[in-house]
Amino acid sequence: MESLSTETVEVGGAESIDDVMQKIAEHKGCGTSGGSGKASCGTAAGENDLPQEIWDKVKNHPCYSEEAHHHYARMHVAVAPACNIQCNYCNRKYDCANESRPGVVSEKLTPEQASKKVLAVASTIPQMTVLGIAGPGDPLANPEKTFKTFELIAATAPDIKLCLSTNGLALPEHVDTIAKYNVDHVTITINMVDPDVGAQIYPWIYWQHKRIYGREAAEILTQHQMRGLEMLTERGILCKVNSVMIPGINDKHLVEVNKAVKSRGAFLHNIMPLISSPEHGTVFGLNGQRGPTAQELKALQDSCEGEMNMMRHCRQCRADAVGLLGEDRSAEFTTDKIMAMEVTYDLESRKAYQTKVEEERLKVAAAKNAELATLAGEDNVDIKILIAVATKGSGRVNEHFGHAKEFQIYELSTNGAKFVGHRRVDLYCQGGYGEEDSLDTIIRAINDCTAVFVAKIGGCPKNDLVKAGIDPVDEFAFEFIEQSAITYFKRYLDKVKSGEIEHKERGDATLRQGAFITA
Amino acid sequence: MTARWRSKQMTYKIVASQCTSCSACEAECPNVAISEKNGTFVINPKKCTECIGYFDVPQCVAVCPVDDTCVIDTSLPRYQAAGGAA
Repeated sequence: MESLSTETVEVGGAESIDDVMQKIAEHKGCGTSGGSGKASCGTAAGENDLPQEIWDKVKNHPCYSEEAHHHYARMHVAVAPACNIQCNYCNRKYDCANESRPGVVSEKLTPEQASKKVLAVASTIPQMTVLGIAGPGDPLANPEKTFKTFELIAATAPDIKLCLSTNGLALPEHVDTIAKYNVDHVTITINMVDPDVGAQIYPWIYWQHKRIYGREAAEILTQHQMRGLEMLTERGILCKVNSVMIPGINDKHLVEVNKAVKSRGAFLHNIMPLISSPEHGTVFGLNGQRGPTAQELKALQDSCEGEMNMMRHCRQCRADAVGLLGEDRSAEFTTDKIMAMEVTYDLESRKAYQTKVEEERLKVAAAKNAELATLAGEDNVDIKILIAVATKGSGRVNEHFGHAKEFQIYELSTNGAKFVGHRRVDLYCQGGYGEEDSLDTIIRAINDCTAVFVAKIGGCPKNDLVKAGIDPVDEFAFEFIEQSAITYFKRYLDKVKSGEIEHKERGDATLRQGAFITA
Repeated sequence: MTARWRSKQMTYKIVASQCTSCSACEAECPNVAISEKNGTFVINPKKCTECIGYFDVPQCVAVCPVDDTCVIDTSLPRYQAAGGAA
């Protein structure tokens, strides 16, 4: 049984590094034993799938667990905007406040401002457990500012986990410093292990006071990324790998990348869709390079999952995002407002809140496991369906169809309900009335789903969904998602068996591109 | 090219409208000639040596993520006669 303790932070906890290292070495990424234990680290099932030591390190980390992200929040501080490589999917010119994607930021901070911001946010939002430095730029291209920020935060808010995200070029030379500051998790963006593929993604790198172009640049980059990854996992620092899926360039190759990073001890792989709208002004956006469709992304994630656990709930957040994933509160914490705030850091009330959260999480897990047991008697039929769920979090079907900014996608099979992703949509219901165009967009976004679970839905959209072949389901309002999904799936199987409905493969769906306005 | 040698003069400047304020150039300049002013970075002409004597290429040009942002300032003579980098 999972421990209720929230004391998972190991400040200066050097005593356990060897143990954790050993576990990672044995573990080699999760779920590699095959069979039915394929639930992702990025799902509620992570606790069953990961060694206890690793689970303790990640269970309160919203970016590592789809389930945790409903309960815990993270923030990014932009202290380090310089970069040492150029990527064709990045554009450093536009830092728009209305965009939600990596690399955009409204204002950059000094390390001192950043640490004050962290204290202010942590005091206001008790579920804030993780502080990341994730750009814009490469935190390790600005090592002084990055590590100064970590130092200040560790001194004033010792319960907050630190993580950083890097392109890996300068990683090997900073691994010891990363270990020294007790950074819990490092994310390395690795898009290739083949320099010929890399040359199509990275026009140049800045290395040893020179610009290096093309294949040669990609070769240096991949060597440093692999070496950095090895050095981190050798020291027991958890490593996640991010990859951007670029159709026609690295989509097939990412299976190779997956093997390479798994064999070097990365514990989680996050394959993200390329964002390439022309208005973002990136090289890929301007030359018409498309992003993947929902099914292409899912197929690639599925094909890598036999090798290693996949992360499926990444929202590709802004580099200065604050709060729960998908619910950005950065506007409440601008530099002006923070500097004016009286901050008292109350460790006790944060702990009390987090204890309550852990109780709720156990209830959700218990309900799911009980329902899962009832599936055991079902024949192992080869039917899988996807459903979309409107949820505000807490693992329940608790969002009105018209208020949903995104839908969670679950794959249902006789193995149970598995979270496989999310689809962002524009709000259907703004100011209380529906917009026809946005309904079409929603249908395109969840077109591969058999049903959509909602807390409530109006008559009009209901009819349109039925016409599009998507079953609007409101009978599980405020119930637990996975439990409800399994109930629905059992009923679906019965109808297929009795011939009442015919099981059909559904089509593809469109991933939402571009700006995500959170207002 | 005419030799218009004048020491302690610069030829590189930062096009303010293009600068993203990423600060990458500031750390790389061997002459500590670059600093932040009013939200963008500027090069002090009294300090810039085009990186001559330090590197083969001017570091601000090499590291800047936005092309054509660190450019030769044609209103000033080159730091050293002909053959300035980039």
